[in-house]
Amino acid sequence: MKRLSLSQAFIYLLRRDLTLAVRNRAEFANPILFFVLVITLFPLAIGAVPELLARIAPGIIWVAALLAAMLSLDSIFRSDFDDGSLEQLLMSAHPMPVLVLAKVCAHWLVTGVPLLLISPVLAEMLGMPAAAQGTLFLTILIGTPILSLVGAIGVALTVGLPKGGIILSLLVLPLYVPVLIFASSAIEAAAGGLDVSAQIYMLLAFLFVSISLSPLATAAALRMSMS
Amino acid sequence: MLLVEGSNGSGKTSLLRILTGLKLADEGDVYWRGQSIARLAAEYYEQVSYVGHHDGVKRELSCLENLRLVQAMGKPTELDLDTALDRVNLYRYGDSLVASLSAGQKRRLALARLLVVESVLWILDEPFTSLDKSSMGYFESLFDQHLQQQGVVIMTSHHDIPMAGADVQRLNLSA
Amino acid sequence: MPWLSALFLLLLLPGLYGGLVLAPPDYQQGESYRIIFIHVPAAWMSLFIYVVMAFCGVVIVVWRMKLAEIVLISSAPIGASFTFLALATGSLWGKPMWGTWWVWDARLTSELILLFLYLGVIGLHGAIEDKRVASRAVAILAIVGVVNIPIIHYSVEWWNSLHQGPTVTKFDKPSIHWSMLLPLLLMALAFQVYYVVALFQRCRGELLLRERNNKWVQELNGE
Repeated sequence: MKRLSLSQAFIYLLRRDLTLAVRNRAEFANPILFFVLVITLFPLAIGAVPELLARIAPGIIWVAALLAAMLSLDSIFRSDFDDGSLEQLLMSAHPMPVLVLAKVCAHWLVTGVPLLLISPVLAEMLGMPAAAQGTLFLTILIGTPILSLVGAIGVALTVGLPKGGIILSLLVLPLYVPVLIFASSAIEAAAGGLDVSAQIYMLLAFLFVSISLSPLATAAALRMSMS
Repeated sequence: MLLVEGSNGSGKTSLLRILTGLKLADEGDVYWRGQSIARLAAEYYEQVSYVGHHDGVKRELSCLENLRLVQAMGKPTELDLDTALDRVNLYRYGDSLVASLSAGQKRRLALARLLVVESVLWILDEPFTSLDKSSMGYFESLFDQHLQQQGVVIMTSHHDIPMAGADVQRLNLSA
Repeated sequence: MPWLSALFLLLLLPGLYGGLVLAPPDYQQGESYRIIFIHVPAAWMSLFIYVVMAFCGVVIVVWRMKLAEIVLISSAPIGASFTFLALATGSLWGKPMWGTWWVWDARLTSELILLFLYLGVIGLHGAIEDKRVASRAVAILAIVGVVNIPIIHYSVEWWNSLHQGPTVTKFDKPSIHWSMLLPLLLMALAFQVYYVVALFQRCRGELLLRERNNKWVQELNGE
């Protein structure tokens, strides 16, 4: 029989990862809980001063999103690495970057989308003005895939290491900084009624560059981690 | 068939992994039918199946789901998946999650990939781990069959393989 | 090696003298601005070395040259040191200016992130046991990093312009008096030579470490 076309293989792998996530529900609930917890800590630490909280809400939410994303990254490749599925994927006839993209896509659907859905609730709790909430949603929609894509590079580099998580943060956080800057500034600008198209365009640019380039780097890093 | 032998630590697994392209040799290249596998890439992988120390199956998926994934990643054979499972004695476990299988059953599932995907070269690292005698017998005859059909098998095993009538070369890494 | 060290001193001393003594005191900042003669060349070096590392990274990924692997990992601590020097001198400069040890201006913040990138390379290389695999890992990291440096730099500058922080970058002015420029360039050259000297030393050490099982090293050792 003929082998599957590339897009069919992509969908197949995507569905496989989604199935695995559903069957491992507990593991995937952690990042979301962490996200909510971290955000809750801020009012406790700073005092529930409404104006202050509303002012720094974009920053808090985005920093919490970064941390939650980093926490969730390990799950992209660890299980496959441990049981030998990763080497089988590397030996498949399909190009690895596409397979990587499928896995990262699944990761975003499982970790980024819940974040996206709960962010309006948290924004409201922090007193973010309604005008800014739409922008918040938009930045998280565009930004979290970037976090998954770029984070995957870091995971791929460290998946073979025993204490990989610590180095992972060091590797990945500098790369997240541009997203953080533009996302939080967009929300702040929106809160002030200013135009946010510049920031949004930058984020979109980051997204497109990440989609095209990061799977290549991730695939190369995976191949190297396996040897 | 190439049988790679040697004492523990002599590098058998490394050699096999270098042949699969998973590991890069310190020096030199691997050639398949005259061309470097680095250049061939996808073409080479379409013709190779590898079963290493790990089984390469997901414990949260069922046997059938695992085999379907194997087929999705390579060139599927005409063989029906249920029949394939039947041949390795796992027919009853088609929809069971791999997590509930014993070590020997998982190994049989891992080796079942050889049945569901068309490949010329089989690279197997200690394939008989955890297998009982009758399973071993089945797979030995499977390898025989593969060799008859112009296939190639490169493997390591610390079990004794009575491969009657087959063209077996031995490579001893301890020598 | 000795003549390189001599060259370094030859460039360093006039550079220092020119910067510290001869150049006229800046009309705004008085004497304390002189620290830029170390700060700016150090910052240039920190960027330059990272680019060198990324270049080695490409060589490693495409051609797998052992020499590139050695140069990359030897350069990393040197680059990190220059980055740290830039940060420390930037901080020293800030204190008399604005009374604080740290300001979140664009350049310093970018340098800080660059320091993290360097530490990441050093950390990753140290964490992977097989050094040939480690070299390929940091090669990828260096390439990804170098692509991100302009992005990060631009983002941070943009961020900074939003929040109107004080700028440490006086040298965006269109014209610099040559009496300041000359010592600056001399210092930059001096740092370059230092890099080469330090690099040779580290590479020697790294090469010996990697090849310690090979005969020629053991012969050197008198075994």
